[in-house]
Amino acid sequence: MADQLKSGAEIVLKALADQGVEVIFGYPGGSVLPLYDEIFKQNQIRHVLVRHEQAAVHAAEGYARSTGKVGCVLVTSGPGATNAVTGLTDAMLDSIPIVCLTGQVATHLIGNDAFQEADTTGITRQCTKHNYLVKKSEDLARVIHEAFQVASTGRPGPVVVDLPKDILIKDAPYMPPNRVKHKSYKPQIKGDIKSIEQAVEIIANAKRPIFYCGGGVINSGSQASQLLTQFVKMTGYPITLTLMGLGAYPASDPQFLGMLGMHGTYEANLAMYECDVMVAIGARFDDRVTGNLAEFSPNSTKIQIDIDPSSVNKNVAVDLAIIGDVGHVLEDMTKIWKAKQARVDREALKVWWDRIDAWRGRDCLAYEPSDSIIKPQYAIQRLYELTKDKNTYITTEVGQHQMWAAQYYGFEKPNRWMTSGGLGTMGYGFPSSIGVQMAHPDALVVDISGEASFMMNMQEIATAVQYRLPVKVFILNNMYMGMVRQWQELLHGGRYSESYSEALPDFVKLAEAFGAVGLRASKPEDVDDVIKEMIAVDRPVLVDMLVDQSENCYPMIPSGAPHYQMILGPADKEANAISKEGAILV
Amino acid sequence: MANGSTAQEPGIETHTISVLVDNESGVLARVTGLFSGRGYNIESLTVAEVDTQEHLSRITLVTSGTPMVIEQIKAQLGRLVPVNKVSDLTVEGPHVSRELALVKVAGTGEKRVESLRIADIFRANVVDSTNDSFIFEIVGKTEKLNAFIALMEPLGLVDVARTGVVAIARGGDAL
Repeated sequence: MADQLKSGAEIVLKALADQGVEVIFGYPGGSVLPLYDEIFKQNQIRHVLVRHEQAAVHAAEGYARSTGKVGCVLVTSGPGATNAVTGLTDAMLDSIPIVCLTGQVATHLIGNDAFQEADTTGITRQCTKHNYLVKKSEDLARVIHEAFQVASTGRPGPVVVDLPKDILIKDAPYMPPNRVKHKSYKPQIKGDIKSIEQAVEIIANAKRPIFYCGGGVINSGSQASQLLTQFVKMTGYPITLTLMGLGAYPASDPQFLGMLGMHGTYEANLAMYECDVMVAIGARFDDRVTGNLAEFSPNSTKIQIDIDPSSVNKNVAVDLAIIGDVGHVLEDMTKIWKAKQARVDREALKVWWDRIDAWRGRDCLAYEPSDSIIKPQYAIQRLYELTKDKNTYITTEVGQHQMWAAQYYGFEKPNRWMTSGGLGTMGYGFPSSIGVQMAHPDALVVDISGEASFMMNMQEIATAVQYRLPVKVFILNNMYMGMVRQWQELLHGGRYSESYSEALPDFVKLAEAFGAVGLRASKPEDVDDVIKEMIAVDRPVLVDMLVDQSENCYPMIPSGAPHYQMILGPADKEANAISKEGAILV
Repeated sequence: MANGSTAQEPGIETHTISVLVDNESGVLARVTGLFSGRGYNIESLTVAEVDTQEHLSRITLVTSGTPMVIEQIKAQLGRLVPVNKVSDLTVEGPHVSRELALVKVAGTGEKRVESLRIADIFRANVVDSTNDSFIFEIVGKTEKLNAFIALMEPLGLVDVARTGVVAIARGGDAL
């Protein structure tokens, strides 16, 4: 079959359609006009016009994380591309599949400091899984198909394709996806069977086991979460999840110990410290999880399952590593467990659960309730109670509200929780919620936010209004950058340097100015009514929840401390003063 | 620069790693950016295309770190999309490594004669000569080059250019 010639821009759109792209988040500009012209001429792919390129990437991340598909971004050259860098880095750190098309000046102008020229592949090399500069129209189809393959397979991540304007105009033949095969890129999917057999043996013989699972389980697809849940239930062992892993195992199940790490639960962190066998699945021993490395789970045999060999033995040396896709490995592990008729040590497990239940008895998430002032924890608890039976998706910004959301909102299923874990990007949650709502038009999408984070990307209210996306922004407004204030209280003598917002907008009026709906709650008795109204309104809503300004997020492992040194509440603060070494690690 | 005689911290090992990459634009920047971004050492790095049909380049790099860091370096290299193969020659059996240097020595009289005598002992070739200078070409292991250059120092050493190490495994197998 003789391939018909198409313009570069036509090839790009055709390749995106063949890759199953339903929606592009983007912002036009000079160098991408040929692509915008093609978008105008077709009806298959929708385009969402954001108000800032960073938001385009976060929206694509929300879309990707809530669907498991690749998120697609289109921005112009120069400032369009540089504005996207924070989003790309965010996707890189959280392993989110994104294909970001960036415009570029015409090939003959590259290197001339042309108008809106930036060395996009140079700038994004370290914050993408891979990037391409397409120099011939003939390469376009192959590169775009490859970009989707690289972004979505192995450990997922963002891929940038830089598109000079002349390449988008010249004609070339199209090539369908099935004719593209990368010559060097081959991620390992299946785990080594011998190692999996060894793992089953170690797991079955454990006396004080724990499963420690992360975002890799979510990235492996919803099947992986089901397999994980089955396997963990089969063993009867306790499980803890990282911030990125929430939803991989049902939060309401008694075997779930809650999130671990710096603001994790007492029982999860102590179980990690005291365990004799740790099974790390799709988790990367991040510094916010491990605390002091020298005292991290000192007496355990560690098994790690991960698709990325560079995640193994990076921070913590493990005894047995299985490289492969979590879903595939769990499937093999379940088969081998059943075939071997593996039995767990019931007596030892009983003793272990007794200890865990004693730790649970401390009720580490308890807080001082109040009749007069809204406690942020209370607001999230009420939000959870009033939305848990609906088809709800939660995104967050970064800071105290994010940790409270992780602690008090229970996730039963994967892909329901979108948060910036690795990079910690304030301003992530609101654009992300727009991407989620685009993918799930009938769902209830709530961005649990702080007032400072929200203001980092609040221009996107216009996007939500334009596309009639009824996203809800649930602002826990304490007028401080709360986590900064908390650290200043604990580490810097209560000198609240630049963490108080002297001037804040009236969020209700702000919402109205954009054509959205604004609601406010200032007393605990208002909380339920406001949440119910927020749910009932079928339009974008900003909720200004005026919460306790001095509340701190507990429990907390002071940075640099080991898992057993947790601050459980305000009364514990003095006893666990943070060392200078710890302060460096903040 | 590679220097076998430098005293190292305990636990720090020097490894020679061969990396076969697609010879495409930016691939070297990906490798060097990985090292600078993650704070790894590069003691020496050489690169050239070795397969003109498949457009494959071979990078030989000498790096140092703890065994855990060396393992990370290899895993991180393997993660780069255009990387076809990573091979740690230091752990994967015996290998041959060579480096080439061009060494310029200026002087007259006895020093000039002495430099020529030492060059002869080291089997260095004279590739350029004026009445008061020589350029020697010397090939060998890093240590040999270091020794030669050190001996030239008092004899009027004015300039050195070194290629960095290239290395290949002994025996009949390909990378």
